[in-house]
Amino acid sequence: VNGPAPGPGEMSLAVAEITHPAGRVRTLHLRRPDGGTLPSFVPGSHVVLDCGDRRNAYSLTGPCLSPDAYTVSVLLRQDGDGEVAGGSAFLHRLEPGDVVAVSPPRSAFPPVAAARHHVFVAGGIGITPFLSHVRAAVDWGRSYELWYAHRPDFPAHAAELRSLCGDRLTEPANRRALQEAVRRIVVSQPLGTHLYVCGPAGLIDFVSTTAAEAGWPSERVHAERFSVTGLDPGEPFTVALRRSGMSVPVPSGVSLLDALAKAGVTVPNMCRQGVCGECRVKVLNGLPWHRDLFLSEVERAANADIMCCVSRGHDLLELDL
Amino acid sequence: VKRIARFPFPFRSDTYRYRTDVEPAREFVTTAAGGWGDRVLDIDGEYHDELRQRAGILRRDPSRCTVLPHMRVAAWDALLLLLTELAATYPRWMTLTSEGRRYRWHNGLLGRSHDFVLGDGDSLPCHPLRFAGSQVQDDIVLLDQREGALWADAGLVTFAAGWSLGFDVGMRLAEVHGPVPRVHAEGVITRAEQFLLRLQPGQEYRRTNWSMTVGRRLDTSTEAYPEWAGDRHLVAADNALPDRLHLRVEVQHLLRLPASGAILFLIRTHLASLREVAEVPGWGSRLASVLAELPPDMVDYKGLAPFRDAAVDWLVDRRS
Repeated sequence: VNGPAPGPGEMSLAVAEITHPAGRVRTLHLRRPDGGTLPSFVPGSHVVLDCGDRRNAYSLTGPCLSPDAYTVSVLLRQDGDGEVAGGSAFLHRLEPGDVVAVSPPRSAFPPVAAARHHVFVAGGIGITPFLSHVRAAVDWGRSYELWYAHRPDFPAHAAELRSLCGDRLTEPANRRALQEAVRRIVVSQPLGTHLYVCGPAGLIDFVSTTAAEAGWPSERVHAERFSVTGLDPGEPFTVALRRSGMSVPVPSGVSLLDALAKAGVTVPNMCRQGVCGECRVKVLNGLPWHRDLFLSEVERAANADIMCCVSRGHDLLELDL
Repeated sequence: VKRIARFPFPFRSDTYRYRTDVEPAREFVTTAAGGWGDRVLDIDGEYHDELRQRAGILRRDPSRCTVLPHMRVAAWDALLLLLTELAATYPRWMTLTSEGRRYRWHNGLLGRSHDFVLGDGDSLPCHPLRFAGSQVQDDIVLLDQREGALWADAGLVTFAAGWSLGFDVGMRLAEVHGPVPRVHAEGVITRAEQFLLRLQPGQEYRRTNWSMTVGRRLDTSTEAYPEWAGDRHLVAADNALPDRLHLRVEVQHLLRLPASGAILFLIRTHLASLREVAEVPGWGSRLASVLAELPPDMVDYKGLAPFRDAAVDWLVDRRS
């Protein structure tokens, strides 16, 4: 399998090695074909990989400074019928030597430099952005602790983290133990602590709510919603583009952003998870089905903008493109 | 090559107003005198003199290099980016090699080599930001990004045009620009901040800013005010005005640092006397028009009031 030609700013990287940190997870080691170093990145950054008919975002898990390789850990996703599907299935079919189009690193979950202490909370595959966080924290001597809950049969990166973090890592045995730990954390941290969470939506909601109830300002609590797998694939719909006069069909299971890109209309984008606000497009007609976390309630009600990475239309939308 | 050939003449029309006027970096601009802008770091004939001036200013006033503690990573990040950029632009004179976190920097123009370990402050003769400022002519400001805003939390600024790093450090971008007239009502700073908040690593932008300075004096900081402010009044009646009064242009670069996520803001100052400017076809009359039309609040803020009329008169008389 050879990837398509890279877009602007994208790199063509070769799969140099594949490792298996846990069942159904494979880590791709992506290198420049010429063997040179890759751009440094901010801890918590992700790259967008071209996965055939779609593009998925994955956290970079390796060292941040002039790395020889970018590493991403990909969990094989299953749909409701237990079938493997989507971009993860594509990436699980790749073999050493295959070439993938990779975006430059994007920082949407950085450590706050002014923090006095960093508390990282991860559930399951939500551990991936914290690998680069703890590597950088160790390198630069930042104060941190990592709470990582995972199933006993799914210890992705646990061995590596134990040797990196030593006693700064705690592995609660189950969800309840992690929740107990979070309740203690939010009432026992020194002023100036920042809290970071990545994992299932339920964990993120629990941490955000528990911290808010304990009086944490929202600026001190940071969430990476790595997974939008909960999103319905949606019904097919069509967008009419006023400026170009084009009509673009958006099939079920394909994002508006990807459908536009396939039609040659590139919308600037970053997180692809409805959180960063980069892919905002003006809606001229029709009602969007808002599924993002970026627009305010007032903006949603106005129906004048759509975040086209996650949101969709019901039947027809006219966009200012 | 005469100094004026690479002077970044900033005026594109006969009037000047503040705008959110960033443009991609590294694009060469052809001017009536020559051109400029093909590189981010520009070493010219003033290199040794300006670095010597900077070292003297820092010896007398170490506060010109101020780094809040949380900007340590950004300072190292800035140093690496600047040395890498120098080596890429001037490979005949400068090289940067590395093995893991160990680096060897060679600057043939200064005849010096340094070995250092990234993150190890003891491996450099001074703070990494101060070391960076001993290799490039630019002033350096580092902006931290947090809480949806940018904060000027570190800098090495010895050639400030009428401001003080020590006063501004720790302020938000909007606060730093508090005294600038017009920009707040017109949303110029807000738009610039929104633009910078989204700037991605690898994206490089620049803008110019300008004012006027008496003499080839680079340090017109608030701290040095007693040394330079008086000259602004004396120069107007001085027959040597066309040689003493200088158009001062800053080429400012804006880059996202790759490992810390901070914004690197570089300010490189160029000076050209009225006479030098007037000798370039079209520049004298354009500068005269801009100065004559500039509204009073901008004239006051830029500190041009004492000599503006005299400068316009000389530029206009020279033409007729």
